[in-house]
Amino acid sequence: MNFYDIIFYIFAAITLLSALFVVTTRNIVHSAFYLLFTFFGVAGIYVLLGADFIAISQILIYVGGILILLLFGVMLTNKITNVEIRTGTVHMLPAAIATGIFMGAVVAVMVWTEWKSEPSVIPLTTTKDIGHLLLTDYVLIFELLGILLLVALIGAASIARRDEE
Amino acid sequence: MLHVGLTHFLIVSAILFSLGIYGIVTRKNAVMVLMGIELVLNSANINFIAFSKYGNFGLGGQVIALFVIVLAAAEAAIALAIVLNIYKTFSNVNVDEIDHLKE
Repeated sequence: MNFYDIIFYIFAAITLLSALFVVTTRNIVHSAFYLLFTFFGVAGIYVLLGADFIAISQILIYVGGILILLLFGVMLTNKITNVEIRTGTVHMLPAAIATGIFMGAVVAVMVWTEWKSEPSVIPLTTTKDIGHLLLTDYVLIFELLGILLLVALIGAASIARRDEE
Repeated sequence: MLHVGLTHFLIVSAILFSLGIYGIVTRKNAVMVLMGIELVLNSANINFIAFSKYGNFGLGGQVIALFVIVLAAAEAAIALAIVLNIYKTFSNVNVDEIDHLKE
């Protein structure tokens, strides 16, 4: 058990524990803040897998963008008359049993499968290579995503706009 | 078994996926359902990047993970706009009480 393994277990524990709190705590604002730790833990796992650019993108986009957006959503859709912003839950027990069985099945498959593991040589910094790939092999998807983001921006603005009557 | 390999990352991803599904099916608040979806997308991304490292596929998996992050951002923006509209119309965002498209 070397240093890499210890770091992995720390990040995995942070990710999974905070994700567990996200789906079990009843206060929505607490959920949003636990989600912050989940995103940071996942970013740490990306770093351990040699994906430095993706990890930074994860922190910038998820923590800086999506999480703030979700917090805005919480604040704008609840009457902030008291501090407690609670959310109801439905079907707790059947859902726990079903997802537990599902998780057990998937984990069993993951453990028992003989993965053909031949670690590729990930370069020390991946930013330059990802940039090359984006503008050569994946250029069509890249362009389409640009159009998609523009459409999503215009669509979100026009849906959320107040009707001036 | 203690030595970290591909299987460990896949197990973390599977547990994260199950927690996300649990959040999606048990929560009433639409914003909480969105948080569950983000967890599911993150677990898929972990799989992509793990196979990119251990499967000798080059950097393709990392590029796809980047695309997933961008799609998640677009999805969150649109979904929150819809949630705000639902709140304006129905004054709550509980997905089990909203069964009409308009008032």
